Amino acid sequence: MNESVSRRRFLSRGVTGLSAAWASSHWPALLAAASHAHQAANSATPPKFGFFTTDEAKEIDAITSRIIPTDDTPGAHEAGVVYFIDRGLTTFSVDDQKTYREGLPALQSRVAEMFHGKSKFSELTTEQQDEVLHSFDEQSAQGRQRWFRTSAGAQNLFETLRQHTIAGFLIDPDYGGNRDAAGWKVIGREREHMFQPPFGYYDRDYPGWEVAAKAEMKEAQKK
Amino acid sequence: MLELTRYKTTDEVDFVIIGSGAAGGVLAKELSTKGFRVVVLEQGPYLTEADFTHNEVEVLKGNQLTNHPKLQPTTFRKTPQDKARRQPALVYGRMVGGSSVHFTANYWRFHEIDFIERSKVGPVPGAALADWPITYADLEPYYTKVEWEIGVSGLAGASPFDPPRSKPYPMRPLPVKSGGVIFERAARKLGWHPFPAPMAILSQARLGRSACVQCGFCESFGCEVGAKSSTLATVIRMAAKTGRCEVRPNCYVHGIETDANGRVIGAAYFDAKRATHLQRAKAVVVCANGAETPRLLLLSASRQFPHGLANSSGLVGKYLMLNCGPSAMAVFEHPLNDYKGVAVSRILHDFYELDPQKVGFCGGGGLDARFDMTPISFATVGYDMGGLPPGTPRWGKEFKATLAHNYTRSVEIVSHGTSLPVESNSFSLDPDLKDAWGLPALRMTYKDHPDDLKLGAFLKDRIMELLDATDAVQKWASAVEEQDFAYHLLGTCRMGNNPKSSVINADHRTHDVKNLFLCDGSSLVTSGRGQPTLTISALAYRAADRITALAHRGEI
Repeated sequence: MNESVSRRRFLSRGVTGLSAAWASSHWPALLAAASHAHQAANSATPPKFGFFTTDEAKEIDAITSRIIPTDDTPGAHEAGVVYFIDRGLTTFSVDDQKTYREGLPALQSRVAEMFHGKSKFSELTTEQQDEVLHSFDEQSAQGRQRWFRTSAGAQNLFETLRQHTIAGFLIDPDYGGNRDAAGWKVIGREREHMFQPPFGYYDRDYPGWEVAAKAEMKEAQKK
Repeated sequence: MLELTRYKTTDEVDFVIIGSGAAGGVLAKELSTKGFRVVVLEQGPYLTEADFTHNEVEVLKGNQLTNHPKLQPTTFRKTPQDKARRQPALVYGRMVGGSSVHFTANYWRFHEIDFIERSKVGPVPGAALADWPITYADLEPYYTKVEWEIGVSGLAGASPFDPPRSKPYPMRPLPVKSGGVIFERAARKLGWHPFPAPMAILSQARLGRSACVQCGFCESFGCEVGAKSSTLATVIRMAAKTGRCEVRPNCYVHGIETDANGRVIGAAYFDAKRATHLQRAKAVVVCANGAETPRLLLLSASRQFPHGLANSSGLVGKYLMLNCGPSAMAVFEHPLNDYKGVAVSRILHDFYELDPQKVGFCGGGGLDARFDMTPISFATVGYDMGGLPPGTPRWGKEFKATLAHNYTRSVEIVSHGTSLPVESNSFSLDPDLKDAWGLPALRMTYKDHPDDLKLGAFLKDRIMELLDATDAVQKWASAVEEQDFAYHLLGTCRMGNNPKSSVINADHRTHDVKNLFLCDGSSLVTSGRGQPTLTISALAYRAADRITALAHRGEI
């Protein structure tokens, strides 16, 4: 059995920590970003990016596609995560602009350092891309084959991008992002606003509290 | 359309109530119903069901309903010898209705032991354990009143450990979830006594409010159908109907003013534009929560009250109790879909009252089966943690696969237990850090009493014992460790008969100032076993009766 961070700590980071990463998050702006992502992702003609250049967007899309890859189910690319992040950077997540603007060239330097003659993340094979991202893993030091120049800019970008990708993938699709509820389909979450019992496998045949209590008492008396 | 009551700040109303949460909302309703003119000053906005959403993005904006770590920074240290450093140290509801809007709605009564534990177990080294000046029997009618007036779902008599009650719950329990069934079966196997969780959420339509629609967005969210029995959805509306109560939002109180006779004359506050006003009143009731109530008293220091208002005991802000509670996650073969429905459907109280001679510590607790994570919080592993097992990669194919498999198959077993009152555990004013209004920031000092950590280890063992009696395919527990973040803000202006060892008396009147009353989590003498909200609201109903009697006798 492993020890992990306490529930309290999780809650403190989960609620205040994550939202702090999203800094000056304003609700209407978030909604605007989400619905932009939704429209963008559903639109036949690719929308213009508000913050990223086309080249940057290609890079970001490629990175998010390794964070939540596409396999037999949809990934970050299909959920339109890059559009969600793009709008976020001009609205609720303005504080992160610098992280992206300075972090991407730094990450591309890492690409060049690792793969001679390459300068773009999106030009690498998926195996090479994963290798680049693994170089930012916190606990990968012992597993690492070689050392790289430390780069706070690239590290920050990866951490921020990881959180933004998860959020863009799992956001309530009613408000955009998470195109066609792709993220929710992956995790098995039904797209409803109200539910009725039975909810799951284990409460399907529940006889009711009184009956269950009596049955258990009988069982105990037998013993 | 209801005509909204408005008072001028120069009108000397009968009561100013500072804060509109589990206590302030109740006092607003009770005092205005009894004929008094009341102004409620709430630092947060006045939101309603239409402003609430069921949408996952809500998690990201979190601070819409709560205190904001940027505008209201806090500091933390373990002991008074340490220098506090800036970090988010607490969260509370910052809106009309306070934390009763975004809370999970677990609604346990305190038991008889909670009021008399000091007499029963004797002194505990390192803790200022004390009996309450009131007993469970004194509070029982008010527990019943809360349950019926705001609406609580539960099953009376289902737990053999329940204290006596004068009336059953007004509504049947909410539907059981898969996690609850697993919890119930395992607990019975062990000879324990699981029962339907009492929740401040409507299982049936009642009093013009909708029944719960099982959307699953309770913890950290406002209920958009009004089924969660917050003070916003219940008593605050009744207060408004009296025509004698004005709830004034966006008013950040920064001082309670006194006259030459040492009586309070009103509350000074910043409005939304940061202009200062003084709302005059014959008496002031502070219900600002266990952090902001002591802070406000300390901010109200004057020549007459150099150590803070009502602080002749020196105990304002001290004896902070947070409730301890390790937890564990478990993954099952088939989908539970516990993201549906209210967070908790089954609990047990077999370990509520333990024998210190046998277990080697003072305290006790309860367990529940719950799922209260949104998809994003569930997925955020690593330093953020989440619902995924330790060691899960933080991105990539395996991360996605684990997330996809576990989300519907996980449940959490959470414990809730005693925190003992320790004098150095406190809220005080930070000497250096200021908030966005230029006022000294809250500084939290906290180090769990050794007994609390022993209790944590005990409860964690019970959680794992329970999970061992299930078919869980994987399970892992949180560490039992010292806390540095507060959800429950208890005990910081404790109630007592002795002015040297308490801040308020059994009428919630401060020992030092005749027309100043305090009622919220700060009033608690002991921490209970982890679910304080019902007790806070019951105390408020009782306080309203006491204050009314004093007023009618001309004794305020």
